[in-house]
Amino acid sequence: MLLFIEQLLNGLQLGVMLFLMSAGLTLVFGIMQVINLAHGSFYMIGAYVAATVAVRSGSFLLGVAVALPVAAAVGMIVELTILRRLYKRDHLDQVLATFGLIFFFNELTRIIWGRQPLFMDVPSWLGGAVELLPGIHYPVYRLAIILVGIAVALFLYLLFSRTRLGMQIRAGASNREMVAALGVNIRLLYTLVFGLGTMLAALAGVMAGPILAVEVGMGESILILTFVVIVIGGIGSVRGALVGAILVGMVDTLGRVYLPDVLSLLVSSATADTLGASLASMSVYILMAIVLTCKPAGLFPAQS
Amino acid sequence: MFNRTYIINTIGLLFFLLLPPVTQMLGQEYLLSLFSRILIYGLAAASLDLILGYGGMVSLGHAVFMGVGGYSVGIFAFHSYESFPVFTWPFVLNGTETALLAWPFAVLVAAVFGLITGAICLRTKGMHFIMITLAFAQMAYYFFVSLSKYGGSDGLSLYNRSTVPGLDLGSDVSFYYLCLAILIIFLVVAKRLVRSHFGRVISACCENEQRVQVLGFESYRYKLACYTFSAAAAGLAGVLLVNQSEFISPGLMHWTKSGELMVMVLLGGMGTLVGPVLGAATLLLMEDILAMYTEHWMIILGPFLIIVVLFAKRGLYGLLVGTENGHE
Repeated sequence: MLLFIEQLLNGLQLGVMLFLMSAGLTLVFGIMQVINLAHGSFYMIGAYVAATVAVRSGSFLLGVAVALPVAAAVGMIVELTILRRLYKRDHLDQVLATFGLIFFFNELTRIIWGRQPLFMDVPSWLGGAVELLPGIHYPVYRLAIILVGIAVALFLYLLFSRTRLGMQIRAGASNREMVAALGVNIRLLYTLVFGLGTMLAALAGVMAGPILAVEVGMGESILILTFVVIVIGGIGSVRGALVGAILVGMVDTLGRVYLPDVLSLLVSSATADTLGASLASMSVYILMAIVLTCKPAGLFPAQS
Repeated sequence: MFNRTYIINTIGLLFFLLLPPVTQMLGQEYLLSLFSRILIYGLAAASLDLILGYGGMVSLGHAVFMGVGGYSVGIFAFHSYESFPVFTWPFVLNGTETALLAWPFAVLVAAVFGLITGAICLRTKGMHFIMITLAFAQMAYYFFVSLSKYGGSDGLSLYNRSTVPGLDLGSDVSFYYLCLAILIIFLVVAKRLVRSHFGRVISACCENEQRVQVLGFESYRYKLACYTFSAAAAGLAGVLLVNQSEFISPGLMHWTKSGELMVMVLLGGMGTLVGPVLGAATLLLMEDILAMYTEHWMIILGPFLIIVVLFAKRGLYGLLVGTENGHE
C-alpha cells in the first residue's frame, strides 16, 4: 500500500512534466494549426542552459531565471523566421521543416556542449525527503515539481479565462481575420503564444535536469509521449492536456511497476518479467490507440 | 515520347545499370554497398510516396514495415542456425535461410501488419492519422526492444545473406542487380497502379473524399488496400536491407527513420514515385559526403531541409522534369 501511494505520486510527477510540455504544444496547435516536432528541442535547450548556469553560479534559481527567457527568445526567433511561413501550409510541410529543426538544434547542442551528458544536482534547499503520511517518505524535489505543475495549470486557467490577453488568444483561435480586423496585432499575439509554449517546455526541461541526465536526444523521448498526451486529451484543449498528461503519467509509471506482478499470476515469472516490461513500454501507445478508436477526436475535443 | 521525363528516367536507369562495372574499373567497390542501400531506401521511400503523395495519408510510422519485414527474415535465419523451430503451436514452423520461402513470408507479415494497423489508423484523419501511425510504430519498436531472445535493443546479426538457387547473393554485384530489378519492377507496377481506375480513386480521395463517397466508392476500402500494398513493399525493402547489412535492430523502426523516409519523398518530389528514389540517393549521398568533412553534418542537413520545404516544394525531380510532368 505504501509502495502504491509512492508510485501514485511518481505517476503524478511524470504527469505534471508531461502537462508542462503538452500545454505549450497543444496551444500552438490549437491556435496556429501547426505541428511542431521541435518542441522537444526547447525542453533540451532549457535543461542545458539551466544546468550550465546552475553549475557555474551554484544557484539553481539563477539557472531557472536565465533558462526560461533564453528558451522563450529562441522559440520566438524560430517562430518569426520559420514557423510563421508554415501556418498556411499542410501538416506534411510542418512535420518536415520542424524535423529539420530537430537535426539543427541537436547538432548545435553537440557542438556547444559536447557529447557527454551534463549532470545537475538537486538544490540543497529542495533536497531530502518529507514524511507525507506515517511511513511514506517522499523526496521534496519531486513534490516541488508537482506543486509547480499545479501552479502553472492554475496560471494558465486564469490567463485564458480572466485576462484580456487570454480573451484575445481565444478569439484569435476561433476567427483570425475578425480579430485582426478589430485591431489586434494577431502576428505579435501568435509570437507571444509560441514564446509562452516554449517557456513551459523549457520549465519542464529545467525541472527534469536534476532527475534525468541532460543529454542530446532527451527532447525526442519526451516529445513522443507529449504527442500521445495531446492526442488523448484532444488537440488544442489545455484541459484535455491536463487530463491526458495525468492519465499517461499514471499508466506509464504504474504499468512499469505492477504489470510484471500481475502477469506473473498468469504465466511463469521469467516470461512475466519480459512480457510485463514490453507491455509497460507499449501501454501508453495502446491506451492512445484505444482512445482514438473509440473517440477519434480525443477525450476533450477543442471547440473550434 | 521523348519528353524531359523520359530522358531523365533513361539517364537514371543507365546510370544505375552501368554503376557496378564502373566502380570495379575505378577500384571503388565500397560504393556498391552504398548504392545498394540507396536502391533499398528508394524502394521504401517510393512505397511511402504511394500513400503520401497520391493518397494524402501522412504516415509518420512507415519505417515500422521495413522493420517487421526485416525482422521476419532475421528471425527465420536465426532459427535456422539454431536448428530450433520458430514456434511449435498450432503447427511446427522451422527456420529457413531460403529466400524463396522467407522473403514472401516476410512480405506477407508486413502486409498483414499494415492491414491490421491500417484498418484502425484510417478511421482517423489529419493530425490524428500522423499520431496514430506514429503510435503503432512506437509499439512495434518497444516490442522488438523487449525481445531479448533476438538481441533486444542490440539487434540481431545474420551469418550470411539468404540463399537463392542459381544466384550468389553473397556477391555484392549480384545483390545490387537484384535490388535494382526489384525496384524497377515496383516502380513499373506502382506507376500502372496509380494510372489505373484504382489509383484515380485513391488520388480523388486525397482531394475530396466526400465526393468520392457520393459517387458510390467505398473510399475506406480503397485507401486500406493502398496502405496494405505500400506496407508490403516497405516490408520487402526491409527484407533487402537486412540482407544487405546482415544486421537488424529496433533502431530501424525508430520514428526518426520514418521521418527520414518522409524527407526522402519530399526532397525528391511527392507524387512522382521516381522522385523519392532520387530523394533517397540525395539524402544518403549527402550524409556520406558531409560526414567526410565534418562529424557535425546534421547542422547542414537540418537547415537544408527547412529550405527545401519552404522554397522547393516540387522537390528535385520536379525541378528536373518541370511542373507539368512532375506531378501526375
